[in-house]
Amino acid sequence: MAPWLFYLFAAISLFCSLGVIGQRNPMYSVLLLIGSFISLAGLYVGLDSPFVAVTQIVVYAGAIMVLFLFVVMLLNAPREDVAPGAHIPISGAVKAYGAVLALGMGTMLVWALSRLGVVPFVADPQAAARVASVRDIGVMLFRDHAFAFEVTSILILVAMVGAVVLAKKTV
Amino acid sequence: MPTITPSLVFQISLIGVVFFALQISAAVLVYFERKISGWAQQRVGPNRTGPLGLLQPLADIVKLIFKEELRPVAADKWLFYLAPILSATTAFAAFAVIPFGPPTTFFGLLEKPVPLQVADLNVAVLVVFAITSMGIYGIVLAGWASNSKYALLGGLRSSAQMISYELAYGMALAAVLVIANTLSLREIVDQQSGFFRVVPLPAWNVFLAPVAFFIFFVAGIAETNRAPFDFPEAEQELVAGYHTEYSSMSFALFFLAEYVNMVVVCGVTVSLFLGGFYMPGLPDWLGPLWFLGKVSFLLFFYIWMRWTLPRYRYDQLMDFGWKRLLPLSIVNLLVTAAGVLYWS
Repeated sequence: MAPWLFYLFAAISLFCSLGVIGQRNPMYSVLLLIGSFISLAGLYVGLDSPFVAVTQIVVYAGAIMVLFLFVVMLLNAPREDVAPGAHIPISGAVKAYGAVLALGMGTMLVWALSRLGVVPFVADPQAAARVASVRDIGVMLFRDHAFAFEVTSILILVAMVGAVVLAKKTV
Repeated sequence: MPTITPSLVFQISLIGVVFFALQISAAVLVYFERKISGWAQQRVGPNRTGPLGLLQPLADIVKLIFKEELRPVAADKWLFYLAPILSATTAFAAFAVIPFGPPTTFFGLLEKPVPLQVADLNVAVLVVFAITSMGIYGIVLAGWASNSKYALLGGLRSSAQMISYELAYGMALAAVLVIANTLSLREIVDQQSGFFRVVPLPAWNVFLAPVAFFIFFVAGIAETNRAPFDFPEAEQELVAGYHTEYSSMSFALFFLAEYVNMVVVCGVTVSLFLGGFYMPGLPDWLGPLWFLGKVSFLLFFYIWMRWTLPRYRYDQLMDFGWKRLLPLSIVNLLVTAAGVLYWS
């Protein structure tokens, strides 16, 4: 992948992700999140894994975000509501506490990132073929990690049943 | 910068040709849709503009260009204009992975044969699926951004319909993938050349997986919002559905997207089930012609159905999608997989 393509997709992804939390229209947030997912898919293509990229678009950008969009559309909230209690004046002590926490978090992030060495991505044709091959992904998923796969599907099934029970009106 | 080679020039001109051909196909389709509708209703159809009314699409385009571009005051400005662009872009992009001819050197013009396909990907089938699933956003956004009740209802209906049929669509697709053992559209098409060894039938997947073909075709009609599943635009209930508030070229883009989507879905159906650009017993180098013929037949079928079947009721459509088509497609997938295991 050409470096400028990486920077392009990374920049779009960052911009969109910041936009998701940075502005107050939920509709725009959903769309920016889709933009972020698509640029991530672009990065996956650059890492020689087109299958993951396409799955990313089908599952996240295509299926899950449509549901998000549905909910936002049906609620029809043009602007995010201000959280209840947001107008309560915050004392100086609380602000200072928050600032210290934020500073600690920032230091931790910087420290963790500085410990990471920059490892250049080496295009390994064999590894790329392994990741790109749908057959190998399938074998890995259904043979080596079959247990985790099945357990995950049961988890999702339970969640689905739960959602149905919660949404069902008592007759 | 890459150096300019004959194959690069070819690639770029191929993109141009495909883009142009899709636009022309939309215009031709509009003409034939109106003509066939006319015949189906025992009237003449367009016959005033040019010989046999052949210039009618051109006149329509000119009319659309010169119309005023209107936007409701309460509409969301950005999304209102983004929606038709998104719709048209996704419609065109999906055609990029569909092969429409065998590799050719253009009578010795190029050194090595190049395939007639914009992009040959090893996950082509999934790419089509991904891009068509993105096409929903154009319609949903149009419905929401117009800030009008008809548009919103149309957009909601359309997206509910598309996500319920996408599952059956994907399951039918999976049955073909089980038979073909590959995700590349070109390889799937190549497997369907010639005849079966045992029976004198073309080696098309439609004979191996007729149920999958049926499900795929029905779900394809629902995906493209065509009659008898044309709820998003049910005139009697919703005026024009999600594009009620659009005029001029932004309306034209939706129109274009709808027809290009039809061509794409028919192209995918032909590639997956009807042997793509192969016609057994006939020369392969005429591939694009066979491809065009098969796609045209399916498109004719679409228009034919529109005037044969009455529109479903909305709850019937949901019922049909979730409770009949989806279970049928799952059973079909299991049976197909069992058959492949048994015979291979």
